[in-house]
Amino acid sequence: MPDDLNWAIGGEAGDGIDSTGKIFAQALSRAGRHVFTSKDFASRIRGGYTAYKIRSSTDRVQSVVDRLDILVALTERTIDENMDELHEGSVIIYDGERTEMQDVEVPEGMIGLDVPLQGLAEEAGGAIMQNVVALGAACEVTNFPIENLDSALEKKFGSKGESLVENNKQAARKGQEYVAEEYDHEFDYDLDTTDNDYVLLNGDEAIGMGAIAAGCRFYAGYPITPATDVMEYLTGRIERFGGEVVQAEDELSAINMALGAARAGARSMTATSGPGIDLMTETFGLVAQSETPLVICDVMRSGPSTGMPTKQEQGDLNMTLYGGHGEIPRFVVAPTNIAECFHKTVEAFNFAEKYQTPVFLVSDLAMAVTEQTFEPEEFDMDEVEIDRGKVVDEDEVEAWTDEKGRFQPHFPTADGISPRAFPGTDGAAHMSTGLEHNSLGRRTEDTEVRVEQVDKRNRKVETAREEEDWEVREFGNPDADNLVISWGSNEGAMREALGFLEDDGIDVRFLSVPYIFPRPDLSDDIEAADEVIVVECNETGQFANLLERDALTRLKRVNKYNGVRFKADELADDIKERLEAEEVRA
Amino acid sequence: MSSEVRFTDFKSDKQPTWCPGCGDFGTMNGMMKALAETGNSPDDTFVVAGIGCSGKIGTFMHSYALHGVHGRALPVGTGVKLANPDLEVMVAGGDGDGYSIGAGHFVHAVRRNVDMTYVVMDNRIYGLTKGQASPTSREDFETSTTPEGPKQPPVNPLALALSAGGSFIAQSFSTDAQRHTEIVKQAIEHDGFGFVNVFSPCVTFNDVDTYDYFRDSIVDLEDEDHDPTDRDAAKDKILDADKEYQGILYQNEESVPYSELHGLDSNMADIPDGAPEGAMDLVREFY
Ligand SMILES: Cc1ncc(C[n+]2csc(CCOP(=O)(O)OP(=O)(O)O)c2C)c(N)n1
Ligand code: SF4
Repeated sequence: MPDDLNWAIGGEAGDGIDSTGKIFAQALSRAGRHVFTSKDFASRIRGGYTAYKIRSSTDRVQSVVDRLDILVALTERTIDENMDELHEGSVIIYDGERTEMQDVEVPEGMIGLDVPLQGLAEEAGGAIMQNVVALGAACEVTNFPIENLDSALEKKFGSKGESLVENNKQAARKGQEYVAEEYDHEFDYDLDTTDNDYVLLNGDEAIGMGAIAAGCRFYAGYPITPATDVMEYLTGRIERFGGEVVQAEDELSAINMALGAARAGARSMTATSGPGIDLMTETFGLVAQSETPLVICDVMRSGPSTGMPTKQEQGDLNMTLYGGHGEIPRFVVAPTNIAECFHKTVEAFNFAEKYQTPVFLVSDLAMAVTEQTFEPEEFDMDEVEIDRGKVVDEDEVEAWTDEKGRFQPHFPTADGISPRAFPGTDGAAHMSTGLEHNSLGRRTEDTEVRVEQVDKRNRKVETAREEEDWEVREFGNPDADNLVISWGSNEGAMREALGFLEDDGIDVRFLSVPYIFPRPDLSDDIEAADEVIVVECNETGQFANLLERDALTRLKRVNKYNGVRFKADELADDIKERLEAEEVRA
Repeated sequence: MSSEVRFTDFKSDKQPTWCPGCGDFGTMNGMMKALAETGNSPDDTFVVAGIGCSGKIGTFMHSYALHGVHGRALPVGTGVKLANPDLEVMVAGGDGDGYSIGAGHFVHAVRRNVDMTYVVMDNRIYGLTKGQASPTSREDFETSTTPEGPKQPPVNPLALALSAGGSFIAQSFSTDAQRHTEIVKQAIEHDGFGFVNVFSPCVTFNDVDTYDYFRDSIVDLEDEDHDPTDRDAAKDKILDADKEYQGILYQNEESVPYSELHGLDSNMADIPDGAPEGAMDLVREFY
């Protein structure tokens, strides 16, 4: 029977949906099952529908699908909200004694399990554990060994005392026994466990972990969904490595603090989302002009303005590429999955210091709020390499001084990269500025020096284009005539969509691109394909526009901008439709 | 090395471009003297400047320096100091820079109490943009953008600092070289955020708050028997709108700077060649 399970718990914000979902996700992961989670939440703390969804399989899962097998419904609205994904045979666990659930109607063809969640929780020691009762019930329905849930409960509540853990374990058992005794239904599920050890983490956590691994010691930020988890992750951890997190008074301050720390020689970062990027844009120019290495992370959400703060979108690409007055060299790196959030963060720090530029690390809400299982080896710390670029010490300073013995931090070298001296280095005191400057860092309006410095800064990009490996992640059939290209978090859904398309006899080659600027040249790939579709979560096709310009050709697009990430099956349908639309016209 | 440092070592070989007679000359000289006399050298000093005539100071001094964007010098200084506690960090700016566009940062920098020195060259006008009203301009001060005066009371930066929990609040007059230098020195030596508002007259655009005006009105706190550790006394002086005080208005002797409270004492520029030791534990937390 299906090993691939789609489970969800939904209710009002404040019902403990998130932590309950997380406990179950952890239980599944600890049982050696792959997990992929997603969250539906409204932008408020209490009230409003919210849900935590888990897809789990013994195979790797990397996307959500349009299907829900088991739903723990704490409110009637939870059922309505998920109607489209529920199917015949779906199991709905609810508490018929709960006032708001007394008249609930289980949709036809589905199996309703009326479990007195609150009553059983009280028997176990407190009504607050009602969600855990539901988890116990879910274990029974899916034939999932409840010991795994125990271990997740220990992890969650262990620090709060043995009796709390025991009560929760009891609560889970009450739910399990109730279903076993009251319902003699033969459920279709049989969740296998494996001996695999997985780690379960989200994109923001992976970025935070990458930052520490890369030697980041200073983080300044201002809370904003969905970037706050980066800050929360670093807080309490970065200190162990001699670092500091500062909650600044606003994003203007955050980026300026990060800039200050970077000038002092620290690997430094700030993270925010669209509205914060707007505020940081002024200083972004200063970072670039003063050639300060800095990682600025944009965890995108729906814009413009406050838009839909808790919804997915990839709408800031142009902002990161073009934001800021004047013309500014920068790097834009966009990890394509949660593990890559780790690796690309490490890389972002290396780019920043090697090329002495600001680096935009662009992630998105879908990645930030999604937890996914990985083999721990995917985060191998031994493989982390640190490249600090052209840092000069006391002994090397003289080689970079002018005839008057003054250090030249903006010396126009052949590769565009100048020497860098950390403050405190004897003989290298110098000024950095956002004004146009000469090689000494001093203000100038000399036409020749202006051109020389602009060219010098831009030359760094050319150097990087030549020196770095601008790899692309490739999936599907390398010889297929149909080519799909995407960036950012769409990779997972697209990889699974390949399977659905294959079932329909459609052969696709898929390129997932983690670099926006500089970016790999895909012109040949585009030219070689019959059909090219660019997939992204925005309306105008910002990445498609770039590729069109590179390849001088018109590309098809699949765009989604309703605030919800791509689902694998839906994406497969969209792609099919785009391909077929052309056939009709042809 | 420090004993050999003279204040002229902090001078850049670039001649200041301020108008002849500008108060900023005196302000800067006092800062350089104070730095040298407190044993600092250009190579271990970091000066952060804002935008405005005042903000040009970083260009005319010799040290590690950053000339930033308008109003944001304090956060930059914060980042520099926290990343490398060995550096002497001095932040400089104008009244527009610090109390208008940067007012939010000012209040929070005061609260944060990072061990650095903040010198504001208060000329009660916008100099670089040629004479508009600043937050410290008088209510009836006529300027190009306020022909009938701003018609709103000036900001009292000392009161802002006191209410935000400031641990060192002082005021000086750029022309009174000895006192000004002395006050900046004490701000440097203070353990925490040393704030000095300096009357630094603009001879080109402000014909009200002039050298003569300050010379005539300034009251030196040393002549007043003022106890700077007495917060109530400080409050009375700071809220006294009729007087221009010079000296240390308030100093909290119990001040503990941010880095000490947060246990920051290492130079964050020093990092290992690969992931730090124990980094694999970070992965294990996700089991
Ligand atoms: C974001 C931004 N807004 C406006 C300006 C223009 N500007 C430059 S200096 C200045 C005022 C400076 O006044 P103040 O800080 O009092 O310094 P002063 O020139 O009087 O020393 C302004 C508004 C700017 N550089 N940046
Ligand atoms: S305009 Fe005023 S503040 Fe600016 S340099 Fe001249 S005198 Fe000084």
